[in-house]
Amino acid sequence: MNVLVNRRRMLGGLLSLIALGVAPLKVLARVTKAFQATELDGVYAELFADMEIIESADIKMRIPDIAENGAVVPVSISTSLENVQSIHVIIDQNPNPLSASFELTDSSPADISTRVKMGKSSVVRAMVKTVDKVYMTQQQVKVTIGGCGG
Amino acid sequence: MAVKPVKIRGKIKQGVAQIKALMPHPMETGTRRAADGSIIPAHYIEEVVCKHNGKVTMKALWGASVSKNPYFAFKVKGAVSGDTITITWADNLGESASGELTLK
Repeated sequence: MNVLVNRRRMLGGLLSLIALGVAPLKVLARVTKAFQATELDGVYAELFADMEIIESADIKMRIPDIAENGAVVPVSISTSLENVQSIHVIIDQNPNPLSASFELTDSSPADISTRVKMGKSSVVRAMVKTVDKVYMTQQQVKVTIGGCGG
Repeated sequence: MAVKPVKIRGKIKQGVAQIKALMPHPMETGTRRAADGSIIPAHYIEEVVCKHNGKVTMKALWGASVSKNPYFAFKVKGAVSGDTITITWADNLGESASGELTLK
């Protein structure tokens, strides 16, 4: 009897462990898919499902108009919008348009900087996801030397 | 290639810490070819977790199109002198590295 109960307990424990492991995996898989998408529509679908995307002047993106070296293009994004959940950098003409996502918390102001690679001249989009809406600003960046491929 | 730690610099301005980090990493896209024509396999940082006194404050998810030796700057609210900032990355080949900074 005792053995049986123990076995049941262990099985239950194992099952809950598996359940715990699966939840974060699903989220990760969704994000990975967004990074693998080769078209803008695919990225939008994975990241925002069918949320409305609104152009907004409240997002400030600092990126050069002309990037001499596509391998290193500095980009800074900040916004005065509230309840920001995440910030995304999308480069339309790259093989995989989604370049980077930043997930914010209450203790992180929406103000980030990084450097990205651009294969060729492209529109670069800064997307800001809030609780219920997605805001976007875009800028054309001319690349004189590509950063992807040989 | 040996994994190098994350380099972090930061200062506090009116209660907000401005953090700058450099992560030595090749960030290979998987589309580049070596001199002999073979494709160099993709090798890039997928996730960067930033913690303030052990609590996650910012998470970055990256694709292969973030530049080599990534630079990442962000801010942390409510930071005071003596607080620690920890940054850990994990790449697509299962490697990881981290760095820690005690704010002045």
